[in-house]
Amino acid sequence: MAKTIVAKTIKDYFEELRSTRVWRSVFRSGTGSSTLHRALAVQQNVFLHLFSTKVRTRMLSLSTTWYLGTLTFGTFLILVATGVPLMFYYHPSVPQAYADTKDLQFVVSSGLFLRNLHRWSAHAMVFLVFAHMFKVFYRGAYRPPREFNWVIGVILLLITLLLSYTGYLLPWDQLAFWAITVGSNIASAVPLMGSKVHFLMLGGNMVNANALLRFYVLHCMILPLVAILFVAVHFWRIRKDGGLYAHQSEPQRVAAEPVPAAAKGAQ
Amino acid sequence: MAEEKKNTPAESGAELGAKPGTEFDRRAFFVKLGLGSLSIAAAGTAAFSYQFLSPDVLYEPSPIVNAGKPENYAVDSVTMDVNSGIYLIHAQEGFFALSAVCTHLGCLTAWKPELGIIACPCHGSKFTRFGAKIEGPAPKPLPWLQTSISDEGDLMVDRSITIRPMQFVRV
Repeated sequence: MAKTIVAKTIKDYFEELRSTRVWRSVFRSGTGSSTLHRALAVQQNVFLHLFSTKVRTRMLSLSTTWYLGTLTFGTFLILVATGVPLMFYYHPSVPQAYADTKDLQFVVSSGLFLRNLHRWSAHAMVFLVFAHMFKVFYRGAYRPPREFNWVIGVILLLITLLLSYTGYLLPWDQLAFWAITVGSNIASAVPLMGSKVHFLMLGGNMVNANALLRFYVLHCMILPLVAILFVAVHFWRIRKDGGLYAHQSEPQRVAAEPVPAAAKGAQ
Repeated sequence: MAEEKKNTPAESGAELGAKPGTEFDRRAFFVKLGLGSLSIAAAGTAAFSYQFLSPDVLYEPSPIVNAGKPENYAVDSVTMDVNSGIYLIHAQEGFFALSAVCTHLGCLTAWKPELGIIACPCHGSKFTRFGAKIEGPAPKPLPWLQTSISDEGDLMVDRSITIRPMQFVRV
């Protein structure tokens, strides 16, 4: 009994808040919980309008996507939220980079937590991007009309790998130095302009102060902005391409293909 | 072209009192002019960006290394200088210097005295002390570097100049 009174009160407060002038000036879809109001709330929100106003409940079940795309985006948000505070203590310069990394590990309050969270989320993001792509591939969700969103996804895979690679240099330890030496030498295997690519990438002939600064700017500024841009397009294309793919959601396509008797019996 | 001439007077040319075809040509000209200027600007931006991103001055260590007096190196010895990434080798035939940077992907190799070979820790390439490849993914032998004796009698190695193998310096 007490429980229902509390629940009702909170709901009442919320309703009251939603009918205030300030709330209504921000959210212009109006109050009310009709299907129209709820659709407008999504459609008229700058962030949510990328998504469909209506989704089949089956699409929200675990088995449809295993939430791999959402989890990947979740790790990206964790990486931004932990990466920005790390920037307050890290100087991308040869004499300071390694010492700052050690300071973050041993001196800065919660520095160890933030750095480890950043590192583990980075590993998780690479894993989840691959898992997401495998899931999309084996379910056949890359096929028309979603083929362009697959291409956007491949670009996002490359951006993820580049973010991972540029972040690897920043601790400026032996592992970082030799990994980037090896990686940049792989880039110099590009036909004709390999040595130019190598020189531009490192800002010199060896992994040095210029390379550290370039990788830092790419890691903290350029690549995250490009990633956000492509993530926005990736999400928006889900709606434009007719929502998430599910085998059962496209009856015409399924009906057009004759089902072999053996497969029918197995199901 | 014949079709365009038929269509233009009816659509725009006749209304504006212009001669048939003139309006289309003028528009096409300005479109080409606009696209041309944009292409030139884009090419200029690409060239500017490339030049901006290529450093004109590098604060990298000098390629010339002073390896000290020849008498510091015993006969049949292989001495590595980790900081400059070279081997100074005193063979029976004379002195020579090898680059210690693996020709595979740029790792620093190491001299293994117990085996008498040079080995790369990254991907397992192995070389003789004359730089020739024994095994592994390295595509080329370790390059020989130009070595000379300075006026003060020091061994000087120029890491930027590669020479043909088997050119020994005799003191």
